[in-house]
Amino acid sequence: MTEQLLEIEDLEVSFATEDGVLRAVGGVSFTVSRGETVAIVGESGSGKSVTVMTLMGLTRSPNARFAGTARLHGEDLVSAPEDKLEAIRGKEIAMIFQDPISALSPVHRVGAQIAEQILAHEKIPRAAALERAIELMGRVGIPNARARARSYPHEFSGGMRQRVMIAMALSLSPSVLIADEPTTALDVTIQAQILDEIRQLSAEADNGVIFVTHDLGVVADIADRVLVMYAGRLVEQGSVDDIFYDPQHPYTWGLLGSVPRVDRDPPRRLPAIPGAPPSLLRPPPGCPFQPRCPHAFDRCRELPPLAPRLPDAGHLDRCWLTPDDKRALRETDGRIGLTEGAAS
Amino acid sequence: MTENDTLAPGPAKADGQPPLLRAEHVQLYFPVKSGGLLGRTVGHVHAVDDVSLSLAEGQTLGIVGESGCGKSTLARCLVRLYEPTAGALRFRDTDITKLGRRGMQPFRREVQFVFQDPVSSLNPRKRVGQIVGTPMRLAGLKRDAAAARVRELLERVGLNPEHVNRFPHEFSGGQRQRIGVARALANNPRLIVLDEPVSALDVSIQAQVINLLDDLQDDFGLSYVFIAHGLSVVRHFSDQIAVMYLGKFVELSPAAELYHKPIHPYTEALLAAIPIPDPRDNRARERRVVGGEPPNPILPPPGCRFNTRCPRATEVCREVEPPLAEYAGGHLAACHHPMNVSPEEIAAATRSPLSPLSAGELMPGGSEAAALPEVPGPASP
Repeated sequence: MTEQLLEIEDLEVSFATEDGVLRAVGGVSFTVSRGETVAIVGESGSGKSVTVMTLMGLTRSPNARFAGTARLHGEDLVSAPEDKLEAIRGKEIAMIFQDPISALSPVHRVGAQIAEQILAHEKIPRAAALERAIELMGRVGIPNARARARSYPHEFSGGMRQRVMIAMALSLSPSVLIADEPTTALDVTIQAQILDEIRQLSAEADNGVIFVTHDLGVVADIADRVLVMYAGRLVEQGSVDDIFYDPQHPYTWGLLGSVPRVDRDPPRRLPAIPGAPPSLLRPPPGCPFQPRCPHAFDRCRELPPLAPRLPDAGHLDRCWLTPDDKRALRETDGRIGLTEGAAS
Repeated sequence: MTENDTLAPGPAKADGQPPLLRAEHVQLYFPVKSGGLLGRTVGHVHAVDDVSLSLAEGQTLGIVGESGCGKSTLARCLVRLYEPTAGALRFRDTDITKLGRRGMQPFRREVQFVFQDPVSSLNPRKRVGQIVGTPMRLAGLKRDAAAARVRELLERVGLNPEHVNRFPHEFSGGQRQRIGVARALANNPRLIVLDEPVSALDVSIQAQVINLLDDLQDDFGLSYVFIAHGLSVVRHFSDQIAVMYLGKFVELSPAAELYHKPIHPYTEALLAAIPIPDPRDNRARERRVVGGEPPNPILPPPGCRFNTRCPRATEVCREVEPPLAEYAGGHLAACHHPMNVSPEEIAAATRSPLSPLSAGELMPGGSEAAALPEVPGPASP
């Protein structure tokens, strides 16, 4: 747990658009250690996907501006030249995408696609690469892998396609695996299979995993550490138990409260978060959550730093309220949630 | 609108009040055409295969299942957006299965539909005022009255009535879904069929829309048919929940009981597969992942359709389709090897009239099923 693989500092990503500069990610810092699964949670537009795509160099475009660093084994991924990045990408850091049908080539057989990734980094005969691809497909639970390697992506079900993606991502034993909503498009029974697969394979490989999701159930299931993002900023960061049992940021309370739970009798009303996320083109001054926060006060017009406010190290949040205030305010109906009514 | 009301009144329920909506052995097979010029039919997708249900006024029926199980097709059948290939639909004892366009008109006003995708279900070239107002104008409301009612409805669903002249793209996903709900409410319907209305929304917005639908149901005394792919959202609304697998109902239960006492192994698998947003509970839970994937709906397996993935399946499951057995409290399940029920409950179970016509006579606890060796009980959550 001690070896830090990836160290991200003050990452900032903005895009120039016709309507002005859109700051998708602002001042994000975190680390990923060996053997650890870090979940990034947030809603659409929170910047979680942009953050991980930037690590892969996939957000590079003429209208994008970057600041900050992301060091993998000392090499900065943000400023690395394209050829250097190509050598790292796939080999040292690999990604599983949300939508495998658009991430795979429709006109190549899946075995060949996995082999191609291996061949891009290793000088071995094509047949040997294909052999490795078949073995990988078997390991991720694709039955009859040898025959299936000759199939095209459209001949696979959604769950099987996602297994192909996992086989491809793990083909070169990367030290960091990024999974961007890998189970969002899948049914729950298939999701459970895929989560088990990722958990088991990354434990075997002992790599670091960044798991992007909006589903708090999946987070509770798979994460060691959790980062909560809102409107391009990290608003809270801590161990999975910190986030679920001692959440510090009102947005985190709101998220936890608004999830309908299958294992409990439903509350009369779900404690919803009022309003909608702000525009990233014209973010509100200060704390990005302040316009929706029923507990906002004068000081919230100034952006709070992401800082530890509790004695236990490693639990950081971006809120001006004191920990005691927060403990008093976050309970509604005997469970954590954002109190309704005050703001709307 | 009265000439059709005399059509074949079905058997009234015991308490005298006929159910609002009833489906009897509804079936919808989509033909599969060969690719050639002739386009011969080479098979059928068994999307909805002999489903019966009954919904009382003011109640909510949740229908849950994974993608491809036929839940959306069933929803569309219920409002006759699709024509069922067999079976009958009754609305307040009026047979609406074969009604023509004109005959359907009064029914169309009373039954509305909210679609999953708030982007593609709103015409991008119409203003919100037109989208919500058109159903009223078609129902004969004067322009001014309709305009006033549109504003009233927009306000009711939590939108700014000043925004009547905006286009759908100027709204966020959650707001668009509110527009869809306002449109459904335009003519004071009695029943709204909601096809995964919150699946496309972020969690915090989901909760807002769920609360809105909840309030509207109380205020207007609406009945809902609520389609969802997960068991967590429907729990909030439903009086009854139906679990669907490969075109059939496998379980139909009073809502609360389903979560404490799933009888069909598929329901139990669905419940076990949902990760709970609570790390300690999650770790404490025994994880039992059901393997495999749903079979091809063109060639569904014989017998019980879940037999290919079911940990309890035996010979009889592969041969005889189980009928829906009715257990105490109106809890129905189609399984030869039911879970969470005592031998006495099994003995007292009766064959439900909602059972598919193709189902066998063999009830759980029958001679073959009784020979089942003791299977460890489920981990109740």
